[in-house]
Order: sequence, then C-alpha cells, then structure tokens
Amino acid sequence: MEQLILKNITAGYPGKSNIISGINAGPFKPGVITALVGPNAAGKSTLLRSMAGLLKAQGEMQWNQKNILHLSLREKAALISYMPQYLPQDIELNAIESLISALKASSFDQISVRLPEARKKAFDVLEQMDLVELAMEPLNQLSGGQRQMISLAQAIIREPAILLLDEPTSALDLQHQVAVMQLVKEYAAKGKIVMMVLHDINLATRWSDELLVLHKGKIAAHGKPNEILNASLLASVYNVNAIVETLQSGQIQVHVESLIK
Amino acid sequence: MTDHITIQHTARQQAEEDFHRLQHKRKWIIGVLALLCLTAFCFDIALGPSSLAIKDVLIGLFNSSAVDDGTKVIIWQIRMPYAIMAVLVGMALSLAGAEMQTILNNPLASPFTLGVSASATLGAALAIIAGISIPGVPDNWIISVNAFLFAFASVLLLQAVSKWLHAGVGILVLFGIALVFTFNALVALLHYIATPEALQQVIFWSMGSLARSNWDKVQLLTIVLVVVLPFSFSAAWKMTALRLGEDRAAGFGINVQRLRFASLFRISLLAATAVAFVGTIGFIGLVGPHIARMLIGEDHRYWFPASLLTGALIMSLSSIASKMLIPGVLLPIGIVTALAGVPLFIYLIIKKGRRM
Ligand SMILES: Nc1ncnc2c1ncn2[C@@H]1O[C@H](COP(=O)(O)OP(=O)(O)O)[C@@H](O)[C@H]1O
Ligand SMILES: [Mg+2]
Repeated sequence: MEQLILKNITAGYPGKSNIISGINAGPFKPGVITALVGPNAAGKSTLLRSMAGLLKAQGEMQWNQKNILHLSLREKAALISYMPQYLPQDIELNAIESLISALKASSFDQISVRLPEARKKAFDVLEQMDLVELAMEPLNQLSGGQRQMISLAQAIIREPAILLLDEPTSALDLQHQVAVMQLVKEYAAKGKIVMMVLHDINLATRWSDELLVLHKGKIAAHGKPNEILNASLLASVYNVNAIVETLQSGQIQVHVESLIK
Repeated sequence: MTDHITIQHTARQQAEEDFHRLQHKRKWIIGVLALLCLTAFCFDIALGPSSLAIKDVLIGLFNSSAVDDGTKVIIWQIRMPYAIMAVLVGMALSLAGAEMQTILNNPLASPFTLGVSASATLGAALAIIAGISIPGVPDNWIISVNAFLFAFASVLLLQAVSKWLHAGVGILVLFGIALVFTFNALVALLHYIATPEALQQVIFWSMGSLARSNWDKVQLLTIVLVVVLPFSFSAAWKMTALRLGEDRAAGFGINVQRLRFASLFRISLLAATAVAFVGTIGFIGLVGPHIARMLIGEDHRYWFPASLLTGALIMSLSSIASKMLIPGVLLPIGIVTALAGVPLFIYLIIKKGRRM
C-alpha cells in the first residue's frame, strides 16, 4: 500500500541549519488527515516546505519504498501540492485565472492539460467549494478569508496524492473553517494523504485523524488525539495550564485555563 | 436541495460566460491597441519639417510608385527608420519592463532597474572618450556595440552573483542598485577626464534619441525581438503562476531560479539592444506594462502582447510630440518620455501607496 514515511529529516536556513532536526514520523496512510500542531516557530512550515521540495533538507522521505525527498520540483509537483502560509498581495489576476494557471504552468506530463480542460477543471473546483461567485473577482479585491479559500483551491485542483496545507484556516470564519475541514475530509476519503498545520487545537481534534505535535523542531508526540493529548503535553509544549476533556461523543475538547508562570 | 443545485448550475454558467466575454474583450483591446499603434505610426511619418498629408503617407506606404519622388524619399529614407525604430524600441523596453516587474515581483521595476542603462552609458562613454576600437567592428558601430556589451555583461554579472550567493529577489535588486551607483560614478569619472567635444557627445548619447536610427539598426532590433518574443510568450503561463508567489510557483513544479534567469537574459537582450541604439529612454518600460495591466490584467498571455503595443504606442506618440513641442526643433525623445513619464510615475506611486 502507498504510504509516506519521514526518516531523520533535518532542515534549516543559512546560519540556522537545524530548525527541524531528526524528524522521524509515519507511516502516513492514504485517507488519513494529520494535523500538524505546535507553537509559533516550532518549525511546522519548515517541515512542510522541506517535504514539498521548497527547502533543502537532509534525510529520507519514503514513498512506496522510494526516497522522494530529493526529486526535482517537477517530479514532486506531480505528487505533492503545498499551500503556502503567506499569500502574496496585489495580484491582478482573477480567481479563475489563478486556477487555470495553476494547471497550465506545470509542464509535468501527468498534469499537463489542454486549455479547455483546465478551464473546466477550474470551474469544477470552484463549484465543488461553493466559490463560483468569486470566479471573476480579482484576487487583490478579495478578503483575506476568500483569498485563502482560492489559495486552497489552487492547491487541490492538481489532485495531488499528498496534500500539504499550511494554516489553511487562519483567516476563516467559523462557517468557512468547517467548510474547509469538510472539503479536506472528502479529499482524504479519495485515498489521499493530507497534512495540515492548524492552530486551533479543537478544530484539529474534531476533524483530523492524527495529531503530529512539533516542538522546537522535534516531534513531541504523534498519534490519535485521544491517545496523546493530555495536560502535561500541553504544559510542556505550549506552556499553558489546560484541561483535556473527553465528550460523550468520544470527541476530545481542550480548555486552556492560564499560562504557566 | 434541487433548488440549490440549479442555482449553482446557472451561477456557474454565468461565470463561464463572463469569463468567455472577458477573454473576447481582451482580444478586442489588443486589436484596438494595434490599430492605434498603426495610426500613430502613420502620423509619426507624416509629421516633421515638411509635413505630408496622411493620405500621401498611406499611398506612399502601400504603393510607393504612386507618389512623387520627394515624398517617397521623405517617407522611406528619412522618416521610416525613425518611426519604425520608435515602435521597436517601445516594444522592446515595454516587454522587458513587463518581464522585469514579474520576476522582481515589483510593479515599479523597469528594464533599467538593475543597471542596464547605467552600464550601457558607461560602455558608450568609454567608446567615445577612450576612443577604443574592437577589431572587426566598424567605427560607426563601436559606441553601440560597446554599450550593448556593457549592458549585457552587467546583467550576466548580476546573475552570476545571485546564483553564487543563492540570493533572492531582494538581494538582486540591492546588487542592481549598487551597480547603478558604481557605473554612474565611473561615468562621472570619465566626464571629468573627457575633452569638451567628447563630453558633449557622451551627454548627447545618454539623452535617448531616435536620431541615431538607420535601417541596419532597425533590422538588428527586429531580429532581437523576433528571436526573443517566442521565448517570452512560451513562458507566459509560468510567469503568470509566478505572480501567485515564489513558493506557490515552485510548488507547481516550476524551477523559479531558471525561469528568472531565462527572463533576465531576455530582458538584457531587449534592453541592451534598445539602449545601445537610441540611448536611455526612461519610463516606457515602467509605464507601458502598467497601462497594459490596467487594461488587461496580468494573464501574461495577454499582458505581454498588450505591453508590446502600449510601449510602441507611447513611443510613437512621444516621437510625434518631440517634433511638435517646439516647432522646427526635434527634441531628443528621451526628454519627452521623461517629461511625460515622471507625472505618471508619481501617480502610480501614490496610487500604490494608498492601497497599502
Ligand atoms: N526564511 C527563513 N530564513 C531564516 N529563518 C527562518 C526562515 N523561515 C523561518 N525561519 C525560522 O525558522 C523557525 C521556524 O519557523 P517556521 O517553520 O516558519 O515556524 P512555524 O511555521 O512552526 O511557526 C523560526 O525560528 C524562524 O525564525
Ligand atoms: Mg508557519
């Protein structure tokens, strides 16, 4: 079965070579959503960017017994799609154009599509995400949340086997947070691997199958929310006093009480 | 539920129709721009010390045996090389500007942002003042050839440095600024040691002017454009995707480093050739792409051609203005574009400032 395993991944930036170090995690299985959580600057974006090939990294990223960490961007793009945390401003393209160019820009054989097909697919994705009204809106005139939704559309339109989302819900209202999580759930159900950075721990426990807790560039815990989440983990990672409650539904709920002095 | 679906369906059809119409509108805009260019071009040929009737210009262009020899000479020998040069330079600088704005992710960038014109001026000044000669290059070409070599070499240097340092866009721009200052200082040094005659020639050279046009130069610039254009146009999708952000584009499988390198190469060819032949003509490469963007947006499949045409149009109009502003005097066109461009530039800065 297709699965993804991270072995000893180390990555950083010039002058700070070990922002994340010795990351061993997995296997990540198709159909499973993993929420990547952890405090600011823990290295969540760094990990996703190294997996996507945007940042040089050492180690191994095994996919079907092959190390895909050092594949070329083109080869990676056929397999992985990454939604960046930060979205550029001031783009005079409308939403539908950005989606079409997402498909047309890549010359990789498996993805390369003809223009009418790309156009149809772009409208399909907008329809699926209930965003058709935004199709003709210029990106620089969208609200932050709308722009984030379009950015998510740009990531999933390529239907990658591995979807990496960096804080896709940070600018979204409650309704759209749920809409995004539902969409991601449907996407994973098609047999795709999803890893997403989430800051809202309750959103993460409610919607994801597994949590990967990152702290200071290392993995602090990895597993099902009800198996790994407890007060001492939250205290050591986030430096907060918190109560972890299991609801009748089996759902985990975290209440943050105060900072640890 | 069914209601919802039918509403969605029509909403989608509506959006698809709107998009279709937008594409059509863009093609129309490009067509109209081309027509305006042609009109301005004809007026550019008609106007001058001995004005011709537009009718005679048209007849002379399409059936030159039907006009008298004097008109034929004025059209084909005197006015035509200037008028075509204006169009070609406008196209080259505007396209180079559009490419530069995308790869530097900065709408205020121009083909000269990274020091292309400063280095060309240094090359020209060296040729004029030091009187150097390159074996195999005829004397009347030496200034242009030297200007081109310097402009081109400066961009290659910039690329080498940025590749060597793995530098991002910000560093690239800073290096470009450093180059501009360096070249300007060297040009000033040359000014200082130059003879008065040479100094006058250098200063006149650095004011962009079409007066140095001839058919050979027109041919060469045409060749450069014909060679570069297909590469620009075939990069259009990738360049459009680059507007969505560097990480995003790389995530689509685009080698951003290579895309940027190839684009800089095209920019340097276009800008260096144009500057070598007519000197520094500012603001076309800034304002041309900007007007095109306002008309058409940033889908580079349309934006690049539109930029070519807006650049050509502005240059033709400037060429007309350079003959009309002071009757009987042909102003260097660089002065006209700068005078018209500065207010536009300030307007763009203010507009951008307000949005941020
Ligand atoms: N481009 C960069 N250059 C240098 N350091 C960086 C860069 N991006 C992030 N860092 C550093 O790496 C650390 C982890 O950042 P990041 O992965 O973005 O954290 P997170 O996404 O978990 O908030 C931070 O200390 C940050 O300062
Ligand atoms: Mg981050």
